This record gives sequence, structure tokens and C-alpha cells, in this order.
Amino acid sequence: MILTYALIFTTGCFALALLMNLWRVVSAPGVPDRILALDTMVINFIAILVLYGIIEGTAVYFEASILIAMVGFISTVAYARFMLRGNIIE
Amino acid sequence: MSLILIAALPFLGALLPGLMIRSGRTACAWATASVTLTALIGLLVHAPAVMRGEVIQYQLEWMPLLGLNANFFLDGLGLLFAGLILGIGLLIIIYARFYLSRQDPMGQFYTYLLLFQGAMVGIVLSDNVLMLLIFWELTSLSSFLLIGYWKHLPEGRQGARMALAVTGMGGLALIGGMLILGNIVGSYDLTVILQNKELIQASPLYLPALILILLGCFTKSAQFPFHFWLPHAMAAPTPVSAYLHSATMVKAGLFLMARLWPVLAGTPEWFYIVATTGLITMVLGAVIALFKDDLKALLAFSTVSHLGLITMLLGFGTPFAAVVAVFHIINHATFKAALFMSAGIVDHETHTRDIKRLGGLRHLMPVTFTIVMVAGLSMAGIPLFNGFLSKEMMLDAATEAAWNGNHWLVPALATLGALFSVAYSFRLIVHTFLGPKRDDYPAKPHDPGFGMWAPPALLAVLVVLIGIMPALMVGPLVATASGAVIGGDLPYYSLKIWHGVNAALFMSIAAVVGGLVLLAMHRPLDAAWIRARRPEAKAIFDALMRAVTGAANALTDGLHNGAMTRYAAVFTLAVIAAGSAAWFGGTNPAPAREALAIGPVPLIGWILLMVATVCMVAYHRNRLLSLVLMGIVGLIVSVAFAYMSAPDLALTQISVEVVTIILLLLALNFLPKHSPVESSNARRFRDGTIAVLGGLAVGGLSLAMLLSDFSQESISAFHLANSKPGGGGTNVVNVILVDFRGFDTFGEIIVLGIAALVIFAMTESVLGSPVGAWLKQRPINPLEAGDRHPLMMVVATRVMMPIALMVGVFIFLRGHNEPGGGFIAGLIVAIALVMQYMASGFDWATARQRYPYHMIIALGVFAAAFTGIGSWFADRPFLTSNYGYFQIPPMGEFELATAMAFDVGVFLCVVGAVMLGLESLSRFAHRAGDRPSPYPMDIDPSRDLPQEAKDA
Repeated sequence: MILTYALIFTTGCFALALLMNLWRVVSAPGVPDRILALDTMVINFIAILVLYGIIEGTAVYFEASILIAMVGFISTVAYARFMLRGNIIE
Repeated sequence: MSLILIAALPFLGALLPGLMIRSGRTACAWATASVTLTALIGLLVHAPAVMRGEVIQYQLEWMPLLGLNANFFLDGLGLLFAGLILGIGLLIIIYARFYLSRQDPMGQFYTYLLLFQGAMVGIVLSDNVLMLLIFWELTSLSSFLLIGYWKHLPEGRQGARMALAVTGMGGLALIGGMLILGNIVGSYDLTVILQNKELIQASPLYLPALILILLGCFTKSAQFPFHFWLPHAMAAPTPVSAYLHSATMVKAGLFLMARLWPVLAGTPEWFYIVATTGLITMVLGAVIALFKDDLKALLAFSTVSHLGLITMLLGFGTPFAAVVAVFHIINHATFKAALFMSAGIVDHETHTRDIKRLGGLRHLMPVTFTIVMVAGLSMAGIPLFNGFLSKEMMLDAATEAAWNGNHWLVPALATLGALFSVAYSFRLIVHTFLGPKRDDYPAKPHDPGFGMWAPPALLAVLVVLIGIMPALMVGPLVATASGAVIGGDLPYYSLKIWHGVNAALFMSIAAVVGGLVLLAMHRPLDAAWIRARRPEAKAIFDALMRAVTGAANALTDGLHNGAMTRYAAVFTLAVIAAGSAAWFGGTNPAPAREALAIGPVPLIGWILLMVATVCMVAYHRNRLLSLVLMGIVGLIVSVAFAYMSAPDLALTQISVEVVTIILLLLALNFLPKHSPVESSNARRFRDGTIAVLGGLAVGGLSLAMLLSDFSQESISAFHLANSKPGGGGTNVVNVILVDFRGFDTFGEIIVLGIAALVIFAMTESVLGSPVGAWLKQRPINPLEAGDRHPLMMVVATRVMMPIALMVGVFIFLRGHNEPGGGFIAGLIVAIALVMQYMASGFDWATARQRYPYHMIIALGVFAAAFTGIGSWFADRPFLTSNYGYFQIPPMGEFELATAMAFDVGVFLCVVGAVMLGLESLSRFAHRAGDRPSPYPMDIDPSRDLPQEAKDA
């Protein structure tokens, strides 16, 4: 019982966080902030996928979240390298 | 000799002249002649059987389900035409050897001639309509080459183009007509079609089919109003004119009319279209021929006239007229080929073909004179020559014909045509050879060598022999060929000189007398003709072509002006229009399903997607920012796949997103950071409207699809049911990829590999070009950060590497039964490797890469191919999969499927292709003077420690 409420609450929090990320994407002053907003969005989605898996009682979403966790940051790193050096593979 | 060989011999032999010309012109001519002679002998071997009434057949099944079979058959009509084509072809080959000058490329000429010959023989021997059409088009193409043989002459090129345009257009109509005919009967075999007269004539499509087929025949056989191309084709060398316009090309149309005569003829439509066209062509051609001063132009219009005569006879639709048509085909081929060759001789020796500059050649060129005299008198229809016989019979047939109840119109016009025919034939003989000898010939005329006059002389002998003893010479041939045309019992006719006093005789006498009178009055008539205003066919044709080309250009340039936006706009609007027409024009099933309620979290995802898209439109000029926004869209698409129960797609999408971003960033390094504003506001508004329309249409259609059931039963149920028992895996997506649709996947990984190799090749060529040199010298951006290989990143990626590889292996192994598989695993491993490139540098990573990526791609393709071939050893088709259960003691029971070996191929190919592509693109960034760093990390605390500390 308490778990259900906890799940709903957490999901709500992460969903709210997504909207805040979105707000940042729309309003941030430059590209770097937006990249960070995207990265945060990725992390929030990992959480939401895991939570959804718990709610549904299935492990199907686990692989997707593990993969996002593993490779999702690489895009962020690539954006960052691009802004710092221009060339991402030197 | 089998029929397919007879048809194929000229094509095969077409290779010879080009080779043999190196051994000299005579050897080349002999080689060509031997090819034709072999085919002719092969044909004559069948002659006795065909004369007995047998039909020789040869069948080769190629695609029976499509009705495409290489079937040949030889009956009387085919024998007659094939004999003419090969026999006269042989004479032309000998004649051309002496006609062509040293400057003319003879090898080319004979190659074209043999190609044309093969196409013609193909037409007359084909049993399959589709094959006949192909040969038909081939004659148009090869005659184009022949007519335009003298490429340096503008008339030759224009004449060739005109002939191709007219006959090609007719060919197009013919294709339509023949397909309709085949559709009515339900078979594309001529022998079957010929037996279904009632079916075809009762069909409502009879008239359209008839008109289309006749368009093809009339254009090919130069019938009014398409007759104008033939005189212009006279710019060709004379052997070509003699061959194309006496025995072959222009007779193809007649052949087809005769071939389809049993099923198409006999209706009023046939009579009025064919006979009227033939009659007009006959009279018109004869009248124009009289006023032509160019020998070949005169003969060209005379050919038009005689083709009209034969067409008219076929158009009468009576068996007797058909017999006469067949007989006249033989006669016309003999005397007209002889005349063309003689005209060529005159041209060759006097260097002019202008009748007004000739005359009095009788004593200078006695041999040529004799030949022209014989053939010309035959063309005029004078007794003792073969032209007389068929002309008498033609007039006889004409007296039987009633045009719209009018009994004298056809005979009168036929007599008029014959009258002009007499006039121009005598003009040819009298104005060229008789009269006083002149001293202003452009060259000193004399008879040519034996090789040049022998072919027309042989034909002239035939003219006389047939003229004197018709029944003996060609009686059986005419009977067999006519029997094949009529497809039933032969009517009563007799091939002899004297038919007694009848109407035809009086008409004939009137024609001869009238013709002589006309000739006597030629000078004033000619002056009147020159003063008269006549429509010039070439001017009309050119204007028409200009208009059509202009319209076509305007249309294509309007739709395809080279701008991507225009293509996209035209395409999108066309699709929307077609889709709307289908949607609003057809009946739509009511929605069969309820829309699902949307939860709060998916709603937020949707909002994210929409806002990111809107932002993309707003910020798209900042390219890096639009890439970031694309990242958001990609992320939400991936999560949506996971949420909507498509975990395989989700896994793929996540990995593809990362690779795409890296790829685009690599490219973006060399592109401007901002896209400039290039279009006006009005244009952007227009494009925006189209985009919104397209989006709404696709969105609406998707919604409609999702809410309704499929009209056909979906294939999904089959896949779900057979995945485990058939493919040995519970993950249907993976089983489809590696088993059900394994062959598709096999093709796709090959394409993927090729794409990667192309990227590599393009990189190589760009880097080797001046652009590459410029790239190497480009200045360093002073704003760049100094840290090339940051410590944190290097350490993090190295820690990640084994984990990522392990995940890759895990995803690969579980692929057959759970979400995963070779494709996703390949992407994950590629990402793990790219991480190293990004963190530790290109040189560091390359030094540790033992196998080149090309080899990995090749290994992947081979692994997949060998898996597929493996099933051949078990007598199964390519890529049949098998699976079994195995037990190795410490582990539990597990399953091995051959599909897994295939999946290894997919895996390797994906790794190799992704890495090769990214590696190639990253090489663009190399600057001259870049030295590989000796250290993998720019800052390494361990390097700064004193040596003693390290030792300790």
C-alpha cells in the first residue's frame, strides 16, 4: 500500500523534474545549459523507466534503462567535446 | 538448325565485323556474309517441311508465370519474310563491301547491319508477343544507328532521329495494343492468339487494340500520315536504304498486319482504317514520287506508294487480296532492292543523284541501264516482269472493293495510283539513261566492278524469271505464305501472265497510256508543282517536336528545378493530394477500437516532444542547438518504444541515437555554426503551410490506422505462432530478422558494409585532393580548450569498456529469446570502442586495433553467407535455420540455433560498418603537424612523481 503511494509520488516528482528540464531547454541562455538539461532529462527518464517497471512488476524495462545509463552520457560528452575542442575524436 | 539459333546468329555474328575489320575490308565482308549465309541455310533446311504445311516450333520456358517464354515458330509467312531478310541481306552485304569508301568505318556498318538483321529475323520468327515487341524496338534502335551511319552529315543525323521518333512512338502504341490483345485472349503466344478470332472481335477492347496496333504498323511501314520519315531516312548510305526500305524495316509493319490478319481483319473497322490509309498512301506516294528529282527520293516515295498498295490489299480483308499482298511483297522486294542498289551505283559513279543533271547514261553504263530497265519496267507494271502480275491482280482485287457502297471509287483511285506509278518508273528510266549524252556530269561515269552490279543483276534476273514463270518460281511459296496469312483454305487464284480480257486489263492499259502522257507533260507539270504551296512534312515535324520538347522541359523544369525544397514540396503536395483523393473518395471503415486514455507521465513525454519540436523550428539556425533538440526527440522516441512494448526497438533506438549524434558532430565540425537566412518570408510561409499540411495528413492517417482494424488479416499471427516451433526463439522480432526474413537481413548487412566502404573511399579521395591539403592547413581555433585527452574521461571510459563489452555479449546471447540480438549488440560494442577514440585519441585507439574494420565487415558478411550456405548441405534452401538443445555438465540445458551464427555475422558487420564510418569521418580533422601524443592522458599525476617515489 505504502509502496503504491511512494511509487506514485516518486514518479510524479520525476515527471515534474522533466517539465523543469524542459523549461530550462526553452529558456536557458546558451547551448551548454541546454545540454545539461538534456543530460538531466536522460537521467530522469532512466528513473521513470525503472519506476514504471516496478509498478508493472516486470523486468522488461530494465535493459532499456541500463543501456540508457551506460551510453546516454556519451552524447553529452560528445556535445561537450565539440564545444571545447570542435573535434570530438582527436 | 533450331529457330532460336537462326534468330540469335546475326546477334552473335555482330561481334565478328568489329574484330575482322583488322584483317581488311574483304575479310570483314566475308565474315559478315558467312554469318548471314549460315542463318539462311539454317532457315532453308526447314523450307521443305514448311512447304508441306508443317509449323516448326521451338519453345524455351523463361518466366512461364509472367507469360514470358522464348517461343519461336516458323510457318509460311515467317519463312517468306525470314528468307527475304536473310537473302537480300546477303546481297546487301556483298554490295556494301564495294559501295562503302575507305573512309567509312566498315566494321561498324556490318555490326549495325547484323544487329538489325537479327532484330528483323526475331520479329518474324517470334511466337511470343512480348518478345516480338522487344525485337520490334530493337529494329527501331538498330535502324537509327544505320540511318545515322554517316554521322558527319546533319541530314543523316536528323533523318535517323526522325525515324526513331516516329517508329519509336508507333512502337509504344504497339506495345499497348499487343498487351490488350494478349489480355483479351489470356495468352501472349501468337499461335494461341491467332486461334481466337471470335473472342477478339467480340471484345469491347477490339477497336482500341486495333487502332494501337495499326499505329505501330503504319508508323513502321510509313503509311500516311506517318510516311514523311522514310524519304528523310534516305540520307543513309544506299545499302541501308536498299535493305531497310525494300525488304525489311518498312515491311515489318506489313508483316505484323499480315500476321494478325486472321484475327483482326474482316471487320468494317479494319477495312475502313487499313484500306483507306493504304489507298491514300498509294496515290499520294506515287504523285509525290513523280516530282522528286533525287533518285533515292523518287524511290523512297515509290516505296511509300507500294507499301500503301500492299496495306490496301491487306485492308480489303478478302482472302484473294491477301494472296495478292503476299505476292506483291515478294515482287516489290526484288525490284525495289535492285533499283535502290542501281541508284547507289549511279550516285557512286556520277557523284550525283539529281535526275535533272543526269541523262544519256545508256551507253556509258550499259549494265546498270539494263538492270534499271528491267526493275523499272517491273515497277511500272509492264508485262513479262513480275510487277505486272501482282499489279494486275491488285487491280482485279480493287474492282471487288466497295467503299461505303461506292463501287468505282477504289478501282478509280487504284488506277490513278498505277498511272502515276507508270509515270515515275518511266521517268526514272528515261530521264536518267535515255536522251543525249551530256558532258557536264560531276564525274566520269562508267559501269562499276562486278561485285557491285552482281547483287542487283541477280535480283533483276529474278524479276524476269518470276515475271515469265510465276507459278514455277514462287507458286508454292506464295501458296504457303498466303495460307499462313489467311489461316484457312486458299481462294481461287492463278499466277499467270494472261488472265484474259477483263476489267483489270483495261485499267492496266489506261494506267500505262496515262502514265506515258503524264511523262510527256512532265516539264510543265513539274513547274506547276514547284510553284504550288505544299505542306513541308519536316517543318511540321520539327515544329511539333520543338513544341513537345518545350512542353516536356517546362514540366520537368517546373517540378525539378534542382532545389531540394521544390522536390520536397512537389512530392509532399502530390502525396497529400493522392491520399486525400483516396480518403475522401473511398469508403472508410468506422473506427473499430477505442482510443486509450493517456496517463500523466506519457502526457508529459508528449509535451516534451512537442515543445522540443517547436523549439527546433524556432532555433534551427543554430546548428548545435538543433542537434541538442534532436537528442531530446530521440530520447523520447526511445522511451516511447520501451513504454509501448517494443523493447527491441527501444534498445536499437537508444544506441542509434548515440551513434547519430557522434556522426553529426563530426560533420558539424566542418560546417558553419549557423544557417543563414536565404528565403523570403512569403516563401517560408508557403513552405511552412506545406509542412503543416503534410504533418496533419500523416498524423491523421496514423490515428485512423491505429483506431481501425486491417482490411486483410495481419501476418503477425503467423509470426507469433511459428517463432518458437519454426525458428527456435521466443523473441519474435529477432527471429524475424535472422530467420523469417533472414535473406532481407543478409542483403541489408551487405548494403551497410558497402555504405561504410563508400564513406571510407570518399574520405580517401577527399583527403588526397586539394581539399584535403586545405583541411590539413586550416588554422587552429584560438578559443579551443587545451585539454585534448582529459584525465577524468580517459579513466572513466576505460573502466566502462569491459562493462560495455559484457553488456554487448549479454544482449547478443539473449537475443534469440529476449529483447536483444546481433544488431543491438554490434551498436553497443561500437559505442564502447568509439568512447575510447573520443577519450584517449585516434592514434592511441588505432594502435590498439589489431584487425582493420574492412576485415570485420567482410568477416561478418562471410559468416552470414556461410550460415546460409550451410543449409544447402542438408538439402534445404539458402538460410534454412535449425536448432537443438545441448547440455554441458556444469551449466544447465541450453539452446543453440544456426540463426545465432547468422547473428554473429550481423554483429560483426554492424561493428565494422559503424566503426569504419566514424573512423573515416574523424580523419578529416587531422591537421598537418599533429604529432601523436606519447601519453594517453594530457595530465597524468603519476608522471609528475619523482622517480624514487615510483620505485618505492
